[in-house]
Amino acid sequence: MNGTVLGISLRGAFHVWQRNLTVYKKTYKINILPNFFEPVIYLVAMGMGLGAYIRGDIEGFSYLQYIAPGLIVASAMNGGTFETTYNIFVKMHFGKTYEAVTATPVNVEDAMVGEILWGITRGIIYGTIFFLVTAVMGLASGWTSLLVLPVIVLTAWMFAGMGLLYTSYVKIIDAYSYYYTIWLTPLFLFSGIFFPVGGLPPWARVAAWFTPLYHSVNMSKGVLHGTWGQGTWIDLAWVVGVATVTSTWAVLRLRKNLLR
Amino acid sequence: MDTGGITVLARDLRKRFGGVTAVDGIGFETRAGECFGFLGPNGAGKTTTMRMVGGSSPVGGGTLQVLGLDVATRIREIKRRLGVVPQDDNLEQDLTVRQNLQVYGRYFDLPRAVLAGRVETLIDFVQLRDKAPVNVRYLSGGMKRRLLVARALINEPRIVILDEPTTGLDPQARHLVWEKLRRLKGEERTLLLTTHYMEEAEQLCDRLVILERGRILDAGRPRDLVKKHVSREVVEVTASRAIRERVVAHVEGKVAGYEMLEEKVLLFTDDSEPLLRDLIGQKLERTELYARRATLEDVFLKLTGRSLTE
Repeated sequence: MNGTVLGISLRGAFHVWQRNLTVYKKTYKINILPNFFEPVIYLVAMGMGLGAYIRGDIEGFSYLQYIAPGLIVASAMNGGTFETTYNIFVKMHFGKTYEAVTATPVNVEDAMVGEILWGITRGIIYGTIFFLVTAVMGLASGWTSLLVLPVIVLTAWMFAGMGLLYTSYVKIIDAYSYYYTIWLTPLFLFSGIFFPVGGLPPWARVAAWFTPLYHSVNMSKGVLHGTWGQGTWIDLAWVVGVATVTSTWAVLRLRKNLLR
Repeated sequence: MDTGGITVLARDLRKRFGGVTAVDGIGFETRAGECFGFLGPNGAGKTTTMRMVGGSSPVGGGTLQVLGLDVATRIREIKRRLGVVPQDDNLEQDLTVRQNLQVYGRYFDLPRAVLAGRVETLIDFVQLRDKAPVNVRYLSGGMKRRLLVARALINEPRIVILDEPTTGLDPQARHLVWEKLRRLKGEERTLLLTTHYMEEAEQLCDRLVILERGRILDAGRPRDLVKKHVSREVVEVTASRAIRERVVAHVEGKVAGYEMLEEKVLLFTDDSEPLLRDLIGQKLERTELYARRATLEDVFLKLTGRSLTE
């Protein structure tokens, strides 16, 4: 029971994850419904509404088919982000949850790893529901489309880590509106979900390459459009790298912040 | 580990926050079975000391051992045997009374069956049986505090840290919490209590230290401190400044000491009756005399001064 990995008690992390699950179970009936509506709204508005005006196909797919893979990982992004931004901030500053948790054998770093795991879980819930909706609409088929699940997990992890890192710098809750409007919204619009990044001016293409969601979208398309190639492995390495670095950095910073 | 009954051992313990010294070289040791108090005004370093014992604030300097283990290196093991009743309510507001205890017990890796049993025992101990299925947000302040006490006991701790356990409670709720805390003493358990309520310290503490600006002003049993610094009894003389000065001059040599305040003068004595008779004989106009037992509050105010420290 005392086993630790790199100083982290995985059991402690698991208990924090369990705590979140216990709280979520009491509210999921209210929470989960928007998770269904969001994909339907996007797919209908963009795919059917806008898509009706798009003649021909994009990279060999109907517009609806074209945007589905990107929207799946975007919803994983939202799930992972929300947990490690607003939710953790509220627990940290208003609920004083971590003061309670860290009075037990669970240390700050264990708790934060638990939060990242929970952020991933929420990303999986968001992303999987979105995926199921696309599958029902006939936009994903065949057993290989299930390979999108690990892509959802990695995307949620990367954004959970990034959100937690931002949280480690945030002093007032309003600071999150910057994170959402200046960071997440452009990612959502310019990562190749709605149009190929190849059509952008060269500098914008380079900029897109350096943004995290772009690589998740590539992987998702790689799986669902059957376009996985050599370049996609680089996307995979990129996402794993960013997820690892941001998560580690965030946990180290929060340990310093919370242990005063 | 045999520590000769010593549960917490601090030597030259220090802590600084930026340029502010919160704890400035204090030393104390607590024993199994006693309630040890930390008294002091706000900012005296009480909470910081508690946080260092509980591992939520790294030790700034000196030695701190809990149950014979160094807090810097063995904090997980220490926390396994520690219970903490925090100053602020940090219960899970969305969960019920029972769920709060269950979730907290899981952090200690308690086996499911053991935990289930303890949860029910503790719900009875703090008299929250009717509220067990109720969300914490609907509890009164006193009930929440009792639940915090119950939660701190879920791992059957050897040491319980109580950081201002009754601040903000009404008298009924406070007495109920005191009653529960008194029952925790004995059983070889150590209670560490911080408070700025003198009455609370007198009610609960076997020994205590009085802190100010991160230093220990004095330490001992409450009654011994009263005897040492004040006297057994106090006569309060409320009168005009002129009369108060006359009184002081008159009793010089007959009392153990006095303290001049804004509107009254406190006369410290071991026997108030002859002093009272003497003063009544003086025919002082418009003067109120009031004799009472000396309390820790007199000691505290004498040692820490009467001006606000903030």
